[in-house]
Amino acid sequence: MDIFFQQILNGLVLGSIYALIALGYTMVYGIMGLINFAHGEVVMIGAMVCITVVSTLMHSGVDLPGWAIVLIGTLVAIPACALLGFVIERVAYRPLRGAQRLAPLITAIGLSISLQQIAILIWGRNYIPFPDLLNADTVSIMGASITKLQIMIVVLCLVLMTGLLVVVEKTKLGRAMRATSQNPAVAGLMGVNVNTIISATFMLGSALGAIAGVMVATNYSQAHYYMGFMIGLKAFTAAVLGGIGNLGGAVAGGILLGIIESLGAGYIGQLTGGFLGSNYQDIFAFMVLILVLIFRPSGLLGEKMADRA
Amino acid sequence: MSKAFDSKQIGLFIASGIALCVLPFVVGGALGNSWVRIVDFALLYVMLALGLNIVVGFAGLLDLGFIAFYAVGAYTYALLGSPHFGIHWPFYVTIPLGALFAAFFGILLGTPVLRLKGDYLAIVTLGFGEIIRIFMNNLNAPVNITNGPQGINLIDPIRVGAADLGSPINLFGMSLPPVYLYYYLFLVLTVIVVIMASRLQHSRIGRAWVALREDQIAASAMGINIRNIKLLAFALGALSGGVAGGLFSAFQGFVSPESFSLLESIMILAMIVLGGMGNIAGVILGAVVLTIAPEILRDVIGPLQMKTMGRMLIDPENARMLLFGIAMVVMMLVRPEGMLPSKRRKAEFKDAKEAAAQKG
Repeated sequence: MDIFFQQILNGLVLGSIYALIALGYTMVYGIMGLINFAHGEVVMIGAMVCITVVSTLMHSGVDLPGWAIVLIGTLVAIPACALLGFVIERVAYRPLRGAQRLAPLITAIGLSISLQQIAILIWGRNYIPFPDLLNADTVSIMGASITKLQIMIVVLCLVLMTGLLVVVEKTKLGRAMRATSQNPAVAGLMGVNVNTIISATFMLGSALGAIAGVMVATNYSQAHYYMGFMIGLKAFTAAVLGGIGNLGGAVAGGILLGIIESLGAGYIGQLTGGFLGSNYQDIFAFMVLILVLIFRPSGLLGEKMADRA
Repeated sequence: MSKAFDSKQIGLFIASGIALCVLPFVVGGALGNSWVRIVDFALLYVMLALGLNIVVGFAGLLDLGFIAFYAVGAYTYALLGSPHFGIHWPFYVTIPLGALFAAFFGILLGTPVLRLKGDYLAIVTLGFGEIIRIFMNNLNAPVNITNGPQGINLIDPIRVGAADLGSPINLFGMSLPPVYLYYYLFLVLTVIVVIMASRLQHSRIGRAWVALREDQIAASAMGINIRNIKLLAFALGALSGGVAGGLFSAFQGFVSPESFSLLESIMILAMIVLGGMGNIAGVILGAVVLTIAPEILRDVIGPLQMKTMGRMLIDPENARMLLFGIAMVVMMLVRPEGMLPSKRRKAEFKDAKEAAAQKG
């Protein structure tokens, strides 16, 4: 039972990070109807920028507490990634609006490869360690242990997700975003500047991605140029699981996927009599993705649609 | 096709045939045997790209996990023809077997995704490809099947009777190294795949695929069995992927999960898209260009930097991939229909452009 609860806690931490990234996918999909394949790379760049700032600050001998240094790093990573999101949309998606579906997919993949290579140029091919600045004391809850850092990650994710929901539901920007996602042409007629809204959506999603990147890097104490690929794919799975285009769905899907993955990795050995081990953790996300798309393509919270293109 | 070719076409045909036959000697003589090896790989990629083209170009089903079928073919050959299990079956058993396995996996993947289209299909196929790779990477414990990340070594070369393509053969006083021998084998098979693809394209099945690609509902109203025709596309595409995989295994003598990453799937898709989706000549061009160009870049980037800057600023491998990524983006922005588009697709792109222009 202890293991069970421990896996649920691990899954919750992992899942809230997935949820944060999934929001970026789902927002872009909701508005433009396309999958931003380069979003995983935005997450990676966010982590890398933060690490660079943090280690520069530490080497410069500034006397600041650890959390303040990480905070500064994150505050640099957020605008950097927002800018990146803006550029991605401008370069790869805007010229192709209304083109065949395959074209933006290919540009996104091309962009994703380019960003990885740029990351290699700047940060190299090796794993970069994230300095131990944050409180990693463990707390034990009902026999399961969790670090204070992980508690912070979960809480921060919840705050950010609530914040995003408030922005989308209550503000003028949010209303414009919802209008654009329903019908860009009509939204334009109603005085919404569709281009600005799309740019804003990309920037908002990328900013969340940057924070998620920092969380991944602190949680695993390392970052790598290729880290965005797998986590991006899983976050996308989470978005599909919850019903793509639906913000609440992305959050639910993310947390659910995190928990499924942790439980799966924890119990696969017992279930298969030791034949498969926890190194198969990554297949759960794909299995879930395939099963969801077969049995409920609209996702858990998505609207029922006759035909998903 | 029923009409006789005119003499000009026959002349062109014979000329290109001769050119292809002497190509390895020209390339090998001028640039060395390592370039003949690259030409061999180009042929392998032509086969792969033509296989994927059946799924993506003809039937319009976006598949990002195509490399999984290549992997199935390669591992079938490797496991049944290497000291790993001590089994040494001949290639004329293992390659067809690998192709059949690949086709089976194609149907296995195709069945659950029948209802999916576009981006969703792309993601599911991508996930499928990754699952296959993860299994290959981890199936070394507790029972060692694939030997995990180390891969399988010392795979048997292809042997035809007494001739062993893995070692040089003396012919008319000349010693032909393996890369030359494999070139001719690959050439023959590539020609077969090209003929198969072009015959398919203009057949009843090929027209059904086009109908499916353009409008699934209309196609099914015209009496096309959507399920069967989709599964056929997946199976035939996977079949040629499986054959290419077996050949790769024999040619390379070594397979590991690393060769079957997502990037390879993307590479093959890029060959099709950049070359001209749906058009066989375009796909061949795309495959050849994308195999050869990175190798040229590899040879050029390093020395160029040494000459102009005096030192290596950018690692050539890094620069090559960066250029590849940028080229993909630029190509889509400038010429989304590819280098050599088919007439039909060209028309589709023109229609889409005009519609977009009218919308404002």
